[in-house]
Amino acid sequence: MAIDQATVRKIASLARIAISDAEATAMEGELNGILGWVEQLGEVDVTGVEPMTAVIPNTLRLRDDVVDADPLTGGNRRDDVLANAPEPQHGFFGVPKVIE
Amino acid sequence: MTDLTNLTVAQIRDGHRAGDFSAVEVAEAFNANVAGAKALNAFIVETPEHALAAAKQADADRAAGTLKPLSGVPIGMKDLFATNGVQTTAASHMLEGFVPRYESTVSQKLWDAGAGMLGKLNLDQFAMGSSNETSYFGNVISPWRRKDGGPNLKEGAALAPGGSSGGSSAAIAARLCPAATGTDTGGSIRQPAAFTGISGIKPTYGRCSRWGIVAFASSLDQAGPMARDVRDCAIMLQNMAGFDAKDATSLDLPVPDWEAALSGDLKGKKVGIPREYRLDGIDPDIDAMWDAGIAMLKDAGAEVVEISLPHTKYALPAYYIIAPAEASSNLARYDGVRYGLRDLPQGAGLQDMYAATRAEGFGPEVKRRIMIGTYVLSAGFYDAYYTQAQKVRALISRDFTAAFETCDVILAPTAPSAAFGLGEKTADPLAMYLNDVFAVPASLAGLPAMSVPAALNREELPLGLQIIGKAFDEQGVLNAGLAIEERASFTARAEKWW
Repeated sequence: MAIDQATVRKIASLARIAISDAEATAMEGELNGILGWVEQLGEVDVTGVEPMTAVIPNTLRLRDDVVDADPLTGGNRRDDVLANAPEPQHGFFGVPKVIE
Repeated sequence: MTDLTNLTVAQIRDGHRAGDFSAVEVAEAFNANVAGAKALNAFIVETPEHALAAAKQADADRAAGTLKPLSGVPIGMKDLFATNGVQTTAASHMLEGFVPRYESTVSQKLWDAGAGMLGKLNLDQFAMGSSNETSYFGNVISPWRRKDGGPNLKEGAALAPGGSSGGSSAAIAARLCPAATGTDTGGSIRQPAAFTGISGIKPTYGRCSRWGIVAFASSLDQAGPMARDVRDCAIMLQNMAGFDAKDATSLDLPVPDWEAALSGDLKGKKVGIPREYRLDGIDPDIDAMWDAGIAMLKDAGAEVVEISLPHTKYALPAYYIIAPAEASSNLARYDGVRYGLRDLPQGAGLQDMYAATRAEGFGPEVKRRIMIGTYVLSAGFYDAYYTQAQKVRALISRDFTAAFETCDVILAPTAPSAAFGLGEKTADPLAMYLNDVFAVPASLAGLPAMSVPAALNREELPLGLQIIGKAFDEQGVLNAGLAIEERASFTARAEKWW
């Protein structure tokens, strides 16, 4: 199923990536090339096969239900969390005004 | 005095322990090589002071009798591992200037073991690529150069060091560091190791914690070491692996002493040769190397059996659905709000800021994969693409399980060709993807796999052999690698031109 320019724009919008007309044109060809190639997976008989969910069997653990169970990732590290923010304001992440 | 930068990790460790040289001398020698190799563009950030501080500590520890497993050994750190106080970029514009306030588990383990850091190594942007050409900071150039390769191949042209761990591979091959970390999602340790004549191992999925590694495709990403020989890979790996409560997929298993159990004697072992890996029209040098490798393992006492991995041809297309799908989800975090780049056009709202930031911060290959991933996960296409790929992945994994009923390890080429020239494959994304045709199946199945240098081709470029093992059997992989290493006697190295 080939994708067209409108679909490329829709995907870009879903992915939150701004694209120019020239990029959309180039991307249409590239994405169709890749998607056409992966179509061959349709040949494989997967009757009765469960999709893989874990590559190596492992059990999911629960950590202790306490505050700051791991000091390295625990709370009270606001300054560290904000250290790389492009625009921290008053101890928060700053974003442009949102008006709905 | 011998050139300290020619020593392996084991030789540095043992020589330092014996008092043959100081750790500071070692660090200074490698710092000088790093500083003199700008032409290779292997490092994004150089940290000579870190290497020197660790060396001083190692010398003090020797005097105090408190040496650690990697005391005196300086290493390179792929710039995908978060390093506290040192810029971590994943070779992207998006994370340019990002200075973590925490340390990845794997790098912390290495520092705890006494290693020092020479710098942060260049890579393909967000580890997406097979040639290092997607790095925002310019591609790494391989120290290797072609000899006469016929009319189509320009002699002496700049070659790709492989990818994504291309800074790691080039730096080790050029003696800028004795060992380095890599990460492997679909071949990113093994293919660059093969391209540059060094060794590298991707352990079983879950052996090394992913905590603090910039995420690409979380069900596939796995850290591992790259070094000049098998022993050094074993030493590095046992200082990188181990359970970590901060990674939900971390394996809660003891870390074996892989170095102590190294043995190139393969008596009683069976080596499987997958018939589906014999590709029509493949470079005859690759097939010749593979046959030579089979003879070497027979010589080491192994029995060779033919095996079948029937779904091999579907591994690469399944990978190029699963990996981009996971990438599109993982890379959604780059929104211009919490860290990294922000591009806020005049008068733009929040949604426009996201779109502008991501347009500016991601390179073309990263955008392409996010777009593919977004598409295959979108409503109406999820089952046809993503679920189908995960079913095929289950079949690929079953192929290996069945094959390992008749063999202990699998031997195959690492890559379908030797290193290619920069720019030779950039026009066609699919041609680039095909580089990982032999590497991706083991990644999809989460199995340990390594590349060891085996031969030079007709252009005098290195070729690598790959050994794939059962889950958790890194020892079997390392031992088969050692058996090849002992017989291939690969001593070639790139002549210094940089």
